[in-house]
Amino acid sequence: MIRLEKRPQPSQVWTVMTPVLAVFLTMIVGGIMFAMLDTPPLEAIRIIFWDPLFNTQFASFTRPQLLVKAGPLILIAIGLSIGFKAGIWNIGAEGQYIMGAIFGAGAGLAFYPSESWLIFPFMIIAGAFGGFLWAMIPAILRTAFRTNEILVSLMLVYVAEAMLASVSQGLLRNPEGLGFPGSRNLSQWDASANREIIAGSGMHWGVLTAFIAVIFAYVLMTRHIQGFNVRLTGEAPRAARFAGVIPARIVIFCLGLSGVLAGMAGLFEVAGPAGQISIDFNSGYGFTAIIVAFLGRLHPVGILLAGLLMALTYIGGELAQLMLGVPGASIQLFQGMLLFFLLATDVFINFRLRIGRTEVA
Amino acid sequence: MDLSSINPVLLVASLMVSATPILFAAIGELVVEKAGVLNLGVEGMMITGAIVGFAVAVTTSSPLLGFAAAALASAVLSLSFGVLTQYLLSNQVATGLGLTLVGLGLSSLIGRPYEGIKSPTLPDIHIPVISDLPVVGPMLFQHDIMVYVSIALVAGVWGFLKYSRLGLILRAVGESHDAAHALGYKVVRVRMAAIFFGGACAGLGGAYLSLVRVPQWTEGMTAGAGWIALAIVVFASWRPWRVLIGAYLFGGITVLQLNLQAAGLQFGVEYLSMSPYVITILVLVVISARGAHGAPASLGRPFHASS
Repeated sequence: MIRLEKRPQPSQVWTVMTPVLAVFLTMIVGGIMFAMLDTPPLEAIRIIFWDPLFNTQFASFTRPQLLVKAGPLILIAIGLSIGFKAGIWNIGAEGQYIMGAIFGAGAGLAFYPSESWLIFPFMIIAGAFGGFLWAMIPAILRTAFRTNEILVSLMLVYVAEAMLASVSQGLLRNPEGLGFPGSRNLSQWDASANREIIAGSGMHWGVLTAFIAVIFAYVLMTRHIQGFNVRLTGEAPRAARFAGVIPARIVIFCLGLSGVLAGMAGLFEVAGPAGQISIDFNSGYGFTAIIVAFLGRLHPVGILLAGLLMALTYIGGELAQLMLGVPGASIQLFQGMLLFFLLATDVFINFRLRIGRTEVA
Repeated sequence: MDLSSINPVLLVASLMVSATPILFAAIGELVVEKAGVLNLGVEGMMITGAIVGFAVAVTTSSPLLGFAAAALASAVLSLSFGVLTQYLLSNQVATGLGLTLVGLGLSSLIGRPYEGIKSPTLPDIHIPVISDLPVVGPMLFQHDIMVYVSIALVAGVWGFLKYSRLGLILRAVGESHDAAHALGYKVVRVRMAAIFFGGACAGLGGAYLSLVRVPQWTEGMTAGAGWIALAIVVFASWRPWRVLIGAYLFGGITVLQLNLQAAGLQFGVEYLSMSPYVITILVLVVISARGAHGAPASLGRPFHASS
């Protein structure tokens, strides 16, 4: 008989091993899935995980994309991970991301066609504020009325999407755009463009901010009292209260921080790779970031690696669509499976398998 | 704006149709949560049901077979959530989210060849005499069979939880899994059965969406219906009949909103289409501010016999 036995303490080895195992299992099951779709499985896996980085023909085009895609994922996931550590489930990062983009773009476009260098920093602040504001709705409802933040933050994604549709057809529509929905192109306007810091590397200001966020989160969670309070709230809420941690402040802090980071991610995206506010501006980064946060073990360095890996599956997925005609949705499924396998294998961190009869102690 | 174009009889009739998908999903989730499990994957199960039901109905040209297949497919999908949370003790919130992501991916993968096809629809039933009543007849008694199935399901769940022995065990498992375990009830098995039932219901709801309500397949067509079903369970304070009220209220708002759009209300279409979500939030706030929840005490807590 196989049964699970609780470990005296969590296994360090498995904490590192489960993401690797989960990726491996996803590759196997994903390969089976591709085989069922009549695509050569090994080739598909190679195109997704290997070619974007090392293919001699086009890796030089796809490598910069890695940072472009990983930047927002890491930035959002860092914010989410801190909340998840405290048991605060902000799953509406997609909405905060949209609001960050709307606020940031709006703040910039208000000064069009000025060429002041102050515009871009001002847009970043406005974007962060937009995300913060949107995250404060579930935060305040949770602290004032104990309303479930999961449902509220998620509902707000749909509200934000409706707002996005509204502003791209109304308030922020390009007056010279012949009536088509969508704002002016921010990346073609010098004052607002989120440029690459090193040309051809994909390293734009958002990616830099993501790296800074990783360092910041690491210091916060391991060296700062607030990080300790966050972890304590998640692991032992009662103990945290006895230690004088005010739960409401932790909720506000965690949701606020993740809102700020998601909002900034939205702004950097709209001013850079996306270029403009449009109806279909958001592309699900806010949801994929949840996978990134878990895959990275809610640890800043882990998230950095997980964000790069997830970016790789995005780019590889696009390549596979192009070269093998694999449906785009299969990549989404691939990412979902990755989360599933990770959660499944996580059991080995706290439990070990016992095979055979166990004697009564 | 021309409000006279809104016909109250049609409004009530379409309200029932628009509420039915959420009602199915919510009553299933209620049973799951009563057993102490929080399955946030309703959206994923619904959309899987929507496409499987649609695909089977189109291929066999039998909507009822579609519904059956949808229920089965979503229930099987929900078992993956069950295995992860009940046997491998994973975090229920994270696993539920994972289930939603998997469901969304899976559905659009299966659904690609079915875009733009029209499905065979369920015929409206006709009961002699009462269906022919003026006003009340077209309002309440000229719907397809699944509308009545959903109401019967609410009644069934209510009776099951309140009067049956198994229902009592299920509630005990949800209130205190340790006590239920000590009494010799199989906590994990009861929960797996509840999850399976919840999955089947969500599948029916999804299939109703793609086979009757719309009736077409488009990617991501559930558009948050699964999440609204979760909110309705909270709104209902975990009571079956209040789930019915909640779903119909919500259906009413959706239909009214669509009618106002059609009537040409001079008030941004976007604001109208975000109204169901805003109202859901407001309702959640009112319910949670009132304090008394009636949530099962073990909701969302993992159970392992050793600890």
